[in-house]
Amino acid sequence: MQVRVANVRKEFDTFPALHDVSLEVRSGELIALLGPSGSGKTTLLRLIAGLEQPTTGRIFFGEEDASAKSIRERNVGFVFQHYALFRHMTVADNIGFGLKVRPAQTRPASAEIRKRATDLLDLVQLSGLEKRYPAQLSGGQRQRVALARALAIEPKVLLLDEPFGALDAQVRRDLRRWLREIHEATGHTTVFVTHDQEEALELADRVVVMSQGRIEQVGTADEVYDTPNSPFVYGFIGDSSSLPVRVEDDQVWLGERPIGLSAPGLPSGPGTLFFRPHDIELLDGCSGCLAGTVAASRRVAGTRRVELEIGGQRERVEIELPVDHPAAQKSRVAFRPRKWKVFPQSAIQGK
Amino acid sequence: MADPVVFAAQPAASGAGISEQRPARWTLMAVAFIFLGVFLFLPLVLVFMEAFKKGVGFYFSALGERDTLSAIRLTLLVAVISVPLNLVFGVAMAWAIAKYEFKGKAFLTTLVDLPFSVSPVISGLVYVLLFGAQSALGPWLKSHGIEILFAVPGIVLATIFVTFPFVARELIPLMEEQGTKDEEAAISLGANGWQTFWYVTLPNVKWGLLYGVLLCNARAMGEFGAVSVVSGHIRGQTNTMPLHVEILYNDYNATGAFAVASLLAGLALVTLALKSLLEMRYGAEIAATRGH
Repeated sequence: MQVRVANVRKEFDTFPALHDVSLEVRSGELIALLGPSGSGKTTLLRLIAGLEQPTTGRIFFGEEDASAKSIRERNVGFVFQHYALFRHMTVADNIGFGLKVRPAQTRPASAEIRKRATDLLDLVQLSGLEKRYPAQLSGGQRQRVALARALAIEPKVLLLDEPFGALDAQVRRDLRRWLREIHEATGHTTVFVTHDQEEALELADRVVVMSQGRIEQVGTADEVYDTPNSPFVYGFIGDSSSLPVRVEDDQVWLGERPIGLSAPGLPSGPGTLFFRPHDIELLDGCSGCLAGTVAASRRVAGTRRVELEIGGQRERVEIELPVDHPAAQKSRVAFRPRKWKVFPQSAIQGK
Repeated sequence: MADPVVFAAQPAASGAGISEQRPARWTLMAVAFIFLGVFLFLPLVLVFMEAFKKGVGFYFSALGERDTLSAIRLTLLVAVISVPLNLVFGVAMAWAIAKYEFKGKAFLTTLVDLPFSVSPVISGLVYVLLFGAQSALGPWLKSHGIEILFAVPGIVLATIFVTFPFVARELIPLMEEQGTKDEEAAISLGANGWQTFWYVTLPNVKWGLLYGVLLCNARAMGEFGAVSVVSGHIRGQTNTMPLHVEILYNDYNATGAFAVASLLAGLALVTLALKSLLEMRYGAEIAATRGH
């Protein structure tokens, strides 16, 4: 089922949580809404679900305008961050709930419901836990039950609100892989919200990066990482270093010196240079490069992060070096980013 | 990122640090027991002793008197009407306050407490002012032959007023703590409003609701002040058990008074026993519904 969000705006009281957001989710796609808290990602998910009504704009499920429909009528599977399992019901009753509350004409027989619950428990790899109560399960198990419960109603769309947010890191990684497998097995159109970029990049077919109630960029993991289209995305996805620079004569300047990066086509004027700390080349001499004094050096897992003071300008950038690289011992390091991007000042102020 | 697991050395006696000196502990416990003994247990024992002073036969003949039986009947009738009504009002009120956002919510929450904060006598007087012969409604009611004051409807109204907060007060914090996520989940799974209430909300609050109803019932049967103002004290007609106790006592019929009083006290004890029994029987489940 394809989902289309068309020019949706949402205000709480008069505070705008979403400004004119449009998004198309392809049928069968696994898509992540990624952003810091307050970016509107959960609001967008709840609007798709029908838990909130848009102030203006429309939401389509396939060709059908679902804007006026309630969550009951939309037939979506919604998984909450804190599971929201019914604590007085067994695992099997939780999973069967959506079938049990159907009107008599479409309600399966109770034996059928029980069988479906068992099948779904197999799917989420919790066979044999039918009779347990939610309080007797671990966090990861509860979230699996919550997903099985959402899948039981054969939803058109599966929506997950920070599904792994309340779990610890190891369980989260396991569940991530597992969710991907379930998605491939069932083929549901799936939208999930997360503030964890690793989760979004690893799991989703496409990532929707959001900030302050707007969509900044939509793309595959490669696209949003390699070609961020805004300073926000560059800063938010992956590590990045930035420096205030100036573009003049198709060259990038830091203070009074060109730094050996040519920027044809960029308008002249002040801007901000972004690059990835690990994506640099070290240079010996420096005529047309960035050079700085080592201010701090930290070992982080397999690499060494070196903080450099650039020029006399009190600007600090971070670069990443191999652990045993001799440059890490030096007091002065010269380098040039391999991949980089300059955003003109106007683009930054416009946000 | 989660912290790596740290195996810290646990002190062997973890309670040692917070436990009081022995004399302090004994003193506190003694104070608690002596207080409860003098102010609760002793009076209770005295009520039963006084009631059975002239023997079991006399006790039952005192209870079997016509006026006493009628007082018991009236008390039960009032409870049977007012408790279910307050159950419905209380749940509706708690639901509105806990699950919705609206203007005037804080004011409504304060109003719920009004019957607790106002003297019961005033609660009764309100109805006298509203329905009495001197009130605006009085003549109209009289001309239509509707009796409210000094009759059963007045007693029921006063009782409802006084016992209203019990159910709502018990449910509001419980429902607020539980939030609306479970309801949202139920609706997203296709449940309608009634199913959501019946299968999800009600089971989540059933123990709180039961406490509320037990307390509400105990108070409905025991209320004196408000009922006294509106009842008119007509023997055999508008006397409830607490009022009848006073009348018997004023008649120097101490045994009869204490016999009826022992019944009331017995009701309170049954209520308490029931509550403890339920807690013992379903303790684990109650703990589970109070959040996990």
